[in-house]
Amino acid sequence: MTRDEVRQAVVNILADIAPDEDVSSIKDDVTLREQMDLDSMDFLDIVMELRKRFNVEVPESDYQQLVSMASCIQYLQPLLKDRQLAS
Amino acid sequence: MKYDVIIIGSGLSGLAAGIRLAMFNKKVLIVEKHTVVGGLNSFYTRKHRMIDVGLHAMTNYAPKGARNTPLGKLLKQLRFSHDDFRLHEQEMSEIRFPDKCLRFTNDFELLKQEVREQFPDEIDGFMRLVARMESFDELSLTTSEWTSARDILAGYISDPVLIDMLFCPLMYYGNASERDMDFYQFVIMFKSIFMEGFAKPVGGMHYILNLMVDRYKSLGGELRMGAEVQSINSAKGVFESLTLADGGQLKADAVISSMGRIETFKRCEPALAKEVSSESSAGQVSFMESLFALDQEPKDLGYDRSIVFFCTGDRFRYEVPKDLIDISSGVLCCPNNFKYPEPLTEGMIRLTNLASFGLWDALPRRDYIDAKKEWRTRALENLFTFFPDFRDSVVFLDSFTPKTILKYTGHLNGAVYGSPVKAKDGTTPIRNLFICGTDQGFLGIVGATLSGISMANLHILQKKVAPDA
Ligand SMILES: Cc1cc2nc3c(=O)[nH]c(=O)nc-3n(C[C@H](O)[C@H](O)[C@H](O)COP(=O)(O)OP(=O)(O)OC[C@H]3O[C@@H](n4cnc5c(N)ncnc54)[C@H](O)[C@@H]3O)c2cc1C
Repeated sequence: MTRDEVRQAVVNILADIAPDEDVSSIKDDVTLREQMDLDSMDFLDIVMELRKRFNVEVPESDYQQLVSMASCIQYLQPLLKDRQLAS
Repeated sequence: MKYDVIIIGSGLSGLAAGIRLAMFNKKVLIVEKHTVVGGLNSFYTRKHRMIDVGLHAMTNYAPKGARNTPLGKLLKQLRFSHDDFRLHEQEMSEIRFPDKCLRFTNDFELLKQEVREQFPDEIDGFMRLVARMESFDELSLTTSEWTSARDILAGYISDPVLIDMLFCPLMYYGNASERDMDFYQFVIMFKSIFMEGFAKPVGGMHYILNLMVDRYKSLGGELRMGAEVQSINSAKGVFESLTLADGGQLKADAVISSMGRIETFKRCEPALAKEVSSESSAGQVSFMESLFALDQEPKDLGYDRSIVFFCTGDRFRYEVPKDLIDISSGVLCCPNNFKYPEPLTEGMIRLTNLASFGLWDALPRRDYIDAKKEWRTRALENLFTFFPDFRDSVVFLDSFTPKTILKYTGHLNGAVYGSPVKAKDGTTPIRNLFICGTDQGFLGIVGATLSGISMANLHILQKKVAPDA
């Protein structure tokens, strides 16, 4: 997966866990919590979707890596580089 | 075949837990003894009418986008959009006592203003109580000691009438204990009714339940109807299998039961069943509910509120009545008086009164039917000393009692809100058996649904180590 594809993968997950939210305008450098009102239940869902879709395990100690889109991409790209973005 | 999780009961909590688990590829089965889903909040058909059993209104209304509210959390956890629920807000509700009345809507400001006008000496205390509740974490999953809401209220409000008036809706819509309320539950109900408010879905519970069942099945969840769990078999504190009434055996790594805590333990090994039923008592609070289909809109008969919580005596008593029902207080609900885009096809008024399971249960069949009629008439006669008479407009009526509730939901004593003792973290002496729904402690439609979600998250999805089976 390229950087853009990793970003798209995260956007897809966010769109699924927050059906009422506009995910097209997410800013990469602002925390997700601030932009989308995410709480700990949502972060659990992001982690579980990553496991379900890409078989990637995010240990609890790494949850803070998911705080913004930019940090998500940075953290996930090495883990996802050999995976395909499902259409 | 072995499931990851079996859920007992297809009420709102069971369905919600099922959706969460199926969403993350767990192999899930819901077993339901009845032939219809929904449990305490189901529906039935009589004379071509689809009738909601439980639904007066959904509490906890929050507008679209308010994601950090109970309704917002529920929607996002089940991946529904706010529009999917087709909710429409109430018009106005009221707490009506002999000399006072307090109106409220989904805008909390109105209630504050009403308290200020009706109880000018109490408004400061009322506002301090509100501030205390605002900073209270009522949704915590750790059980704390029972705290009397009456004792706490006494520190803020001195007029017993105002105290009764605040308790009346909160108790009717979510209190398993008689007379007093655990403070956390008071806060949950206060926020869900007064600070958030009421709404109803177009299509009623039938619609919401279908939505949930469809979502559950489309995620691969299995649902088996007419399957009553007879016993929950465990060895050395670990659940092993379920035996169904038809003799079938089912295996799973874990079980989540929504049938009630004591109801669940009664189906476990005898030693456990005994230990647990001696430590806590079954709930006693139940209701009789009558519904009246009308040939006109309730508004045209002088009923312009969405819901009225009333008391016609000098004190409000929330306890098991000495008679079959207590006619001196109740809830009146007019489903028509919600802001629906299209008017409902028929006028409807529902009336709820506290009822005694023991007295109803003791009646022989023949007297039971007569008693329903007699007490419905008495309740109406008392009602019409304060409200307009609508009897001439009734085209269809039906009533159900605590016995009906026991029969269709299995809750002991027909206790709508379950046992006064709640298992907030959902754990049991059996390591992989968990409780969700009514007896976990989140009540009502939104509460039960959130309960199913929280228990599935906490005990199955967030589990770091898989159960060593
Ligand atoms: C008359 C009435 C009015 C109400 N009005 C409102 C309202 O206006 N607003 C609101 O928010 N809430 C209302 N409620 C409360 C609300 O309905 C409940 O709090 C909620 O539905 C509880 O859901 P639950 O999943 O915890 O339990 P339940 O719905 O009771 O689910 C338990 C399920 O388990 C099944 N079961 C039991 N034993 C077995 C067994 N041995 N094997 C297999 N299955 C079994 C039952 O059949 C049932 O389907 C009302 C309830 C009633 C009765």
